[in-house]
Amino acid sequence: MESDVLVVDDSAAIRKILQRVLRQTGMAIRTIHEAGDGQEALALLANKRVDLVLTDINMPNMDGLQLLKSLKSAEEWRNVPVVMITTEGGETKVAEAVRLGAAGYVRKPFTADQIKEKLAGILEPALPL
Amino acid sequence: MNLHQIIVESINQAASNVFATMVGGELGPGSDFVALGAPEPTDGVVSFIGIAGPWMGTGSLTCSSSMACAICSQLLMTETTAVNEEVLDAVAELTNMIIGGVKNDLERHVGALGLSIPTVVFGRNFKTRSVGSTEWIVVHFPWNGEQLEVKVSLAPNEKFALPLQHAPTHACAIEV
Repeated sequence: MESDVLVVDDSAAIRKILQRVLRQTGMAIRTIHEAGDGQEALALLANKRVDLVLTDINMPNMDGLQLLKSLKSAEEWRNVPVVMITTEGGETKVAEAVRLGAAGYVRKPFTADQIKEKLAGILEPALPL
Repeated sequence: MNLHQIIVESINQAASNVFATMVGGELGPGSDFVALGAPEPTDGVVSFIGIAGPWMGTGSLTCSSSMACAICSQLLMTETTAVNEEVLDAVAELTNMIIGGVKNDLERHVGALGLSIPTVVFGRNFKTRSVGSTEWIVVHFPWNGEQLEVKVSLAPNEKFALPLQHAPTHACAIEV
């Protein structure tokens, strides 16, 4: 089954890189939506269903931890896996993300293999042509 | 190892790691020095990111516009020949990753730190000044015949123990 993914990052460069990397993972991905911060993500999720959220932590307006908290406290989004992708390496924010229910954590800079490895248990691989 | 050495080592590791992982093409060996006072007028692209916590200051990247375009082209796998929003965004993200790496290293020595959202400036013959900071730890890296400058200015935050409403903010003034 193909999945829809939401990428949340205030950097258009990182969103573009993640679009490319996600297409290279070999996972069955149908659509990749983008949002520039947590507020945009929640607005988008009001109308769209996604199977995975990849989010930065440090963003203006609403950061990734606030977004994670909002998703995990909403009945309809509670079971959607959220993977944090961020430069943050501090134990405090990692622990906070895990406590709030993050499914994983990837530190920037990242390789395509690191993203693929993190998503392996979350998304299904694409069927061979 | 003193804080100066830790910062230089962190800049070297973070910059090399970011280029090797996401930009491509190895950075040459970094040469470091301490710069006092405001820098001379410059051309090209400069980015800043504020650092706050028990120590506070600024991290900064400087490169020519042609190098900024080359970095953007390799990072995003697009052909870019002029500085535009995409190039500025790529340099901002590069700054976020490199100074973020330095911040993560420093946290082991000085405690939890926070980073601001990066600011990027592009122009000709402009000066930059970080209010209250006079000493920068600067590392120059050669890359594809050009030079990337990464620098950090940090000072102890004497008011860190005060309640949040009295916590100082870090200002970064730019003279264009």
